[in-house]
Amino acid sequence: MFEIFGIPSQALFGQLLLGLINGSFYALLSLGLAVIFGMLNIINFSHGAQYMMGAFVAFFLLHYFGLNYWVALVIAPIVVGAFGVLIERLFLQWLYKLDHLYGLLLTFGIALIVEGLFRNQFGSSGQPYQMPEQLTGGQNLGFMFLPNYRAWVIVLSLTVCLGTWFIIERTRLGAYLRAATENPTLVRAFGVNVSRMITLTYGFGVGLAALAGVMAAPIYNVSPQMGAELIIVVFAVVVIGGMGSIMGAIVTGFGLGVIEGLTKVFFPEASNTVIFVIMAIVLLVRPAGLFGRRA
Amino acid sequence: MLDARTPLLAVKDLQAWYGESHILHGVNFNVFPGEVVTLLGRNGAGKTTTLKSVMGIVGSRTGSVRFDGDELIGRLSNEIARAGIAFCPEERGIFASLNVEENLLLPPVVRPGGLSIDQIFELFPNLKERLGSNQGTKLSGGEQQMLAIGRILRTGARLLLLDEPTEGLAPVIIQQIGKTIRTLKQQGFTILLVEQNFRFASTVADRYYVMEHGRVVESFANSELDANLEKLHDYLGV
Repeated sequence: MFEIFGIPSQALFGQLLLGLINGSFYALLSLGLAVIFGMLNIINFSHGAQYMMGAFVAFFLLHYFGLNYWVALVIAPIVVGAFGVLIERLFLQWLYKLDHLYGLLLTFGIALIVEGLFRNQFGSSGQPYQMPEQLTGGQNLGFMFLPNYRAWVIVLSLTVCLGTWFIIERTRLGAYLRAATENPTLVRAFGVNVSRMITLTYGFGVGLAALAGVMAAPIYNVSPQMGAELIIVVFAVVVIGGMGSIMGAIVTGFGLGVIEGLTKVFFPEASNTVIFVIMAIVLLVRPAGLFGRRA
Repeated sequence: MLDARTPLLAVKDLQAWYGESHILHGVNFNVFPGEVVTLLGRNGAGKTTTLKSVMGIVGSRTGSVRFDGDELIGRLSNEIARAGIAFCPEERGIFASLNVEENLLLPPVVRPGGLSIDQIFELFPNLKERLGSNQGTKLSGGEQQMLAIGRILRTGARLLLLDEPTEGLAPVIIQQIGKTIRTLKQQGFTILLVEQNFRFASTVADRYYVMEHGRVVESFANSELDANLEKLHDYLGV
């Protein structure tokens, strides 16, 4: 064991790892929010509830159907994404031409209803979710101990984030999405079914939240409030990164996770507020966010 | 004589609204296969709105727009595009978040028979040189216009709606666009053009419709242009 700035390496790297884990969730969730905002102009306040639903679907699959974590990683995003598609068709599609506030209020209401229903059914104490066998244990890296599951979360989150970035910025489908974000009328006049694309984009963004929920289930408990607690921080992350920027959401997500972790080591008292302090400073200096384009 | 054939595009009593404002008050005209037809008229006469109504991108519209016999009123603009009509908007509509190649390849192919990329580069050699450019909107005005026309030639659409393709461009570029339109006509494209610049239009058009206050008030063939010049000056206020 050695020391850095008077801090034992175990503690430093431990918090750094924790920061990266939190950052993995911040990045996945703010990425979904950015994708949804870019395409639908909706600030999806039910994102936290959809993250929680992902975790619960994993829990149901295991306890009622005996389907394990790996199956849940695929099924939960699809199920919750389908729920998102339903919400978009029933409610959101009528709000695109209105002020952001309407979408925000509607999705906030949906979040309250969904979380209320789950709390009523399952109580507010969390349910544990077993870690998949293959990922128990860990590696001793010499300077710190790295639990396998945490490493997996970081790698999977990075992969999904970069994959999403690649699809949006480097593929033909992504070109349709970017073009439709800029000028949906013209893209429609080229023969593209933009409405369907918007619906599926919302489903995809919600699916990302659900995927994060499944990944979180073995680390945190599966509880109805798990999303509500996280989503406030995630919104601060999105504000710092800038609404609508894909790479901005990813970099800011991981970056702020790490900053939060380091704050826990060097100045623990501020660890809960550091993100909001950064948000306040960014809003003063760059109101559109670090990576945001001025509208 | 012309009217004995079946029009490719037949517009009858077309009315259109943006919100509360009533823009088109019963527009009637025909475009026959292989023709270049130009809509002339002052700003605000309803020329652009007519194109947008054909394309299905105005607030609401009534009347009849038949393309190749099919009624387009009430169909969504993506379905109208799939029927084989392509639109080049006045503001060109080059996407800032797409590079030049992505802009060129954006409109999906709706039917076979469109130009290949090489054929498009033959028409617009400048585009080939700018293919590596990062942002479509960094191109010059003329290059953006070529990109906006070039990208809809790939799609296999047989009717092209071009909204003021010469607006704000240098004379040498306007000549190139004129040449392109004549080449496209030779290749069998049907073109409905909106123009303020009737001198340019006279180098490409077969027939004209003059619009005023949301109606077609006059029509004549290119051969009758000289005879109608004085009237046209009155209508266009030039």
